[in-house]
Amino acid sequence: MQNRLNNNLGFRGWVSGGRYGLDRYAYALHRLTGLGILAYFIMHIFVTGARLGGPGQWNSRMAFFGRPIFKLGEFLVFLAFAFHAINGIRLVIIELGYMLGKPGLPAYPYSYSTLRQKPLFVVVMLIAAALMIIGGANFYSTMR
Amino acid sequence: MRESRLWFWHILSAIVMHMGTMHLGAILTSIGIGSRDPVQSAEVFHRSQQLVYMITYILLLGAALFHGLYGLRSMLFELSLSKGMEKAIGSVCALAGIVLFIYGTYVAVRVFQMPQILAVLKGGQP
Repeated sequence: MQNRLNNNLGFRGWVSGGRYGLDRYAYALHRLTGLGILAYFIMHIFVTGARLGGPGQWNSRMAFFGRPIFKLGEFLVFLAFAFHAINGIRLVIIELGYMLGKPGLPAYPYSYSTLRQKPLFVVVMLIAAALMIIGGANFYSTMR
Repeated sequence: MRESRLWFWHILSAIVMHMGTMHLGAILTSIGIGSRDPVQSAEVFHRSQQLVYMITYILLLGAALFHGLYGLRSMLFELSLSKGMEKAIGSVCALAGIVLFIYGTYVAVRVFQMPQILAVLKGGQP
């Protein structure tokens, strides 16, 4: 700890976009949705463990989780999953160095990587939004 | 080197989950073993007792646990904790992952080995 720079932002660093703009909020949302999905997934492991008790136990557990409050939770998990999965594809593309353009001399007007990958960001968000709408319609139709 | 290797697995597990969760239904339907009402008990046990599903469940379980717990560990590391604390967090995440993986795998294998359930669901003798 002594040899480390005291430059950490702590919890604020997780959620504050600062001057980095939308991408930084997408990054924060990616983490938030990731935590939500992880919490859901751990519960899911134990819920699906009801299969050990046979069809009777499975049916009673599904009846319990069929309540509207859990359906709402399921929908929220779906929204988180849609965002996390589609934004994750963008992060993998960026990680592999695509859509960032080639490095060059800094000449005015400045072009930087987050600006160059903005079209990808917009496309990805549109796909995520479309998935959320389609999924939402599907949830609504099964609830009726 | 170790961290970059873990990061590589983090990305690979995300791709495995993407393939598994987003395309599994379409792939399995195309080869004739898809499902229409996925949480109905007959369908759940029908799927659980097929080898391809059991293997897929275990693969997805491992990928999702690694991806999620590595992500959690990375987030906690950003708080600039002491080396000892980082080590403790890494160990807790690894232990939680191993325990959950063993439990999930046990469930998948045990249900796969319950042949009498399908017969009961179909109205026959177990």
